[in-house]
Amino acid sequence: MEVNEKIALDHGLKKGEYKKICDLLKRVPNFTELGIFSAMWNEHCSYKSSRLHLKNLPTSGKKVIQGPGENAGVIDIEDGDAIVFKIESHNHPSFIEPYQGAATGVGGIMRDVFTMGARPIANLNSIHFGSSQHKKTKNLLRGVVHGIGGYGNCMGVPTIAGQTSFDSSYNGNILVNAMTLGLVKKNKIFYSKAAGLNKPVIYVGSKTGRDGIHGASMASASFDEKIEEKKPTVQVGDPFTEKLLLEACLELMAGDSIIAIQDMGAAGLTSSSIEMASKGNLGIELNLNKVPCRESKMTPYEIMLSESQERMLIVLENGKEDLAKKIFDKWDLDFAVIGKTTNTKNIELYYDEKQVASIPINTLVENSPMYDRKWKKTKLPKKNLIKKEQFKKFKIKEVLNKILSNPNVCSKEWIWQQYDHTVMGDTIQKPGGDSGVVRVHGTDKAVAATVDSSAIYCWAHPLTGGKQVVCESWRNLISVGATPIAITNCLNFGSPEKEENMGEFVECVQGIGEASEYLKFPVVSGNVSFYNQTKEIGIKPTPSIGGVGLIKNYKQMITMDFKEINNLVLVIGKTEGNLDQSLFARNILNEKNGPPPEINLFNEKNNGETVLQLIKGNLVRSAHDVSIGGIITAVSKMCIKGNIGIEFDKPKYFMSEIEYLFSEDQGRYVIEIEPKNLKKVESILNKNSVHFDKLGKITDKNMIINGKTKVTIDELRSYNTNWLKKYMST
Amino acid sequence: MKSAVITFPGSNCDRDMHVALTKFGFKNQMVWHNDNELPKTDLVVLPGGFSYGDYLRCGSMASKSKIMQSVINFAKSGGLVMGICNGFQILVESGLVPGVLLRNKYLEFICKNIFVKIDNKDNPYFKNLDKEVFELHIAHNEGNYFCSNDQLKEIQDNNQVAIYYCNDNGKTEEKFNPNGSLNNIAGIFNKEKNVLGMMPHPERMIDKSLSGEDGSLFFKNLLNNIK
Repeated sequence: MEVNEKIALDHGLKKGEYKKICDLLKRVPNFTELGIFSAMWNEHCSYKSSRLHLKNLPTSGKKVIQGPGENAGVIDIEDGDAIVFKIESHNHPSFIEPYQGAATGVGGIMRDVFTMGARPIANLNSIHFGSSQHKKTKNLLRGVVHGIGGYGNCMGVPTIAGQTSFDSSYNGNILVNAMTLGLVKKNKIFYSKAAGLNKPVIYVGSKTGRDGIHGASMASASFDEKIEEKKPTVQVGDPFTEKLLLEACLELMAGDSIIAIQDMGAAGLTSSSIEMASKGNLGIELNLNKVPCRESKMTPYEIMLSESQERMLIVLENGKEDLAKKIFDKWDLDFAVIGKTTNTKNIELYYDEKQVASIPINTLVENSPMYDRKWKKTKLPKKNLIKKEQFKKFKIKEVLNKILSNPNVCSKEWIWQQYDHTVMGDTIQKPGGDSGVVRVHGTDKAVAATVDSSAIYCWAHPLTGGKQVVCESWRNLISVGATPIAITNCLNFGSPEKEENMGEFVECVQGIGEASEYLKFPVVSGNVSFYNQTKEIGIKPTPSIGGVGLIKNYKQMITMDFKEINNLVLVIGKTEGNLDQSLFARNILNEKNGPPPEINLFNEKNNGETVLQLIKGNLVRSAHDVSIGGIITAVSKMCIKGNIGIEFDKPKYFMSEIEYLFSEDQGRYVIEIEPKNLKKVESILNKNSVHFDKLGKITDKNMIINGKTKVTIDELRSYNTNWLKKYMST
Repeated sequence: MKSAVITFPGSNCDRDMHVALTKFGFKNQMVWHNDNELPKTDLVVLPGGFSYGDYLRCGSMASKSKIMQSVINFAKSGGLVMGICNGFQILVESGLVPGVLLRNKYLEFICKNIFVKIDNKDNPYFKNLDKEVFELHIAHNEGNYFCSNDQLKEIQDNNQVAIYYCNDNGKTEEKFNPNGSLNNIAGIFNKEKNVLGMMPHPERMIDKSLSGEDGSLFFKNLLNNIK
């Protein structure tokens, strides 16, 4: 087929981009070459709208072994061990085909991790759906959960934590972000940089089919009413093959045969071969007749653009082919030598003994477009003047019922019970806590991980929201007794071509950067997903932050369940009583304006480090951070999990009870301590200048808030656990 | 005491089982599905997972693995063979224990702690245990035990039910049945009681930092019974 501008536009390229291709090549590309350019230059693969801003993120630190730019980030957890982790989006395919979209999202992120030599030890996910009233929500939720479970369960990797939210801005664009942590020895990390000439290029894993062609391009465009027609661009997952691929790769990695390895993810064989060659400053030559194909008569174009799953590309040391083949034969996987590294610095493709493409690699990578998109700053909204007289009409118990059963607060047990969260025998904190925690197998160490997002805050004020998500991640790690180390981010936004959406992106990234810099909580990996947009309507800005921390002695891990009657409960951090953008304001008062809670990074750091100091001093029996729904929501969950109650002290604060209990001021924790330790705890808090309130003491089976309000633990539990189960069974 | 855990393609609780057996004093060996012969052993374990991706039917392809002939011979000669979760599915597919395992009643994978009641202690697995109700952990999509009426009668006549789902007091009512299993059956013996298949995972309950410790009691007791 003769290539012209129209065909280029059909591939999602812009006019200027097509012209740039012709200029770089000094000729018109052929059809296969055009396909390759469109795959490499789309938003998903090239980060053309985001690169300029991402480079401002803090990405280094004492514990960082590998920052962004590899398949995943790597951090040091001492004793020669390292954790490889990353989060990635699979939003567009999951909306079109929820089961396969979500499943292959999980499969893809696990490959990114084991490509680096790490055995996956934990999965997490952040999933966001439209309004519970929307006709598609239930099926999408069911499909996504089945898909995540279907893949992760089969792989035998525990899914230890996650986050689910509902908001009408996701009606036409759901979000599915999957995160994986892997464990590797520091001296056995594998990278994607090829080195050496005439080294064999090996294809392993599943055969290549016609599925997922242009998947990455599809994920780089907005949706319209014809989106269902895109179903064929969704990949189909086979977790069984991936499990074999994992074992085979780790077996081969135990030796010294591999120079570079790269999974075939977005844009398949195209991006994997080009990335390896580009990083090594080499050329690469592939004979496409050698690629194992599922279907006959696949064209070079289809072979290069297929996004069939469970495939890897490896550059081997010369002479190691037989040894490698033996391992892949043992695991019943395809193995083929399909090419070699060259010194041409071109990617050269051959098919039926004819050259079908030859492109200088630097034109695809370094010379890919980069845009400084126009963006609009979001002003900090004015504070609402909420009339306090109206609070009188609310009964705390009724409000609490509404808050605890709110879809964004309620228990997500229906979801995580469908994920195998205990396989591998090291899960010591299951889903439903502040972070999931797994032991580092055979050691006293444990790794904590959490995934968080706060689209409401980011929407109200992106800069504050961006900071808040990082802080929340930090708090969730501290609440289980982990020292926070680093984060990965998945940046889900609308169209970068719209100034408002681009502005949301720029300012959220700025906020993330400021908080992670201040907290020394660097970003080591991540991904950007733009065009979460249907026609003119984009999603609320939703950066998901995946945080990872270390617990040196897993026996010091903290859970949120209240432990013992007569213990004291403290709130760490100051409650200002700001209701703007709180769940109470939005859902009970129906007030959607106003700024999100302010972030004070100094307090955040000081409070967090102090709580960690208390935990390490064995002074804390349970802990939970205060987030959506305020103090009372946090305390309710601690009661439900511990199956014991609390009696609140007489209030000493100068604000209304509603403001105290439901405001979402940041930097706060609820902790349980033993009465005999009170003096010690107080002295540490005072010494560190950390504000705290005595909230009350743990009692039998009731939550007693004041003379008028008494709620039983069973009532709390039914408020919190019934909604989702009921919703999914009707 | 020696044990052997078989690894099928797609097994994913093989390591966990190895860890548990070793922790309680078994000398364990991992055996590859494509081997012809079992090593010398006192106990063979078919571990959980998704052998052959659960394709066709759970456990069906694994039941035709090369090693299975040797496992079947070992069982027929009275050797102890235990199948957990997917291992249980492989046992029913290979005919070593009666019945089938259907998809869970609500068509969803279930991962949670449950209680089981031991029905019959006259066997090498449960002999000498000093309690009846155990807290264990399940994680499966196809654990809904089913068999014909005739089979059920035979199973009951021979005391072949190993464990029932129940509550913490040992009540075996339908509401404590997580997956729709016939009569709350969670595990089954063969007629001779040397082959045990069960859905719960004792190997995930061997440490108080995990979901619980009742699995430890099971393994310690098993080791003592074999000695």
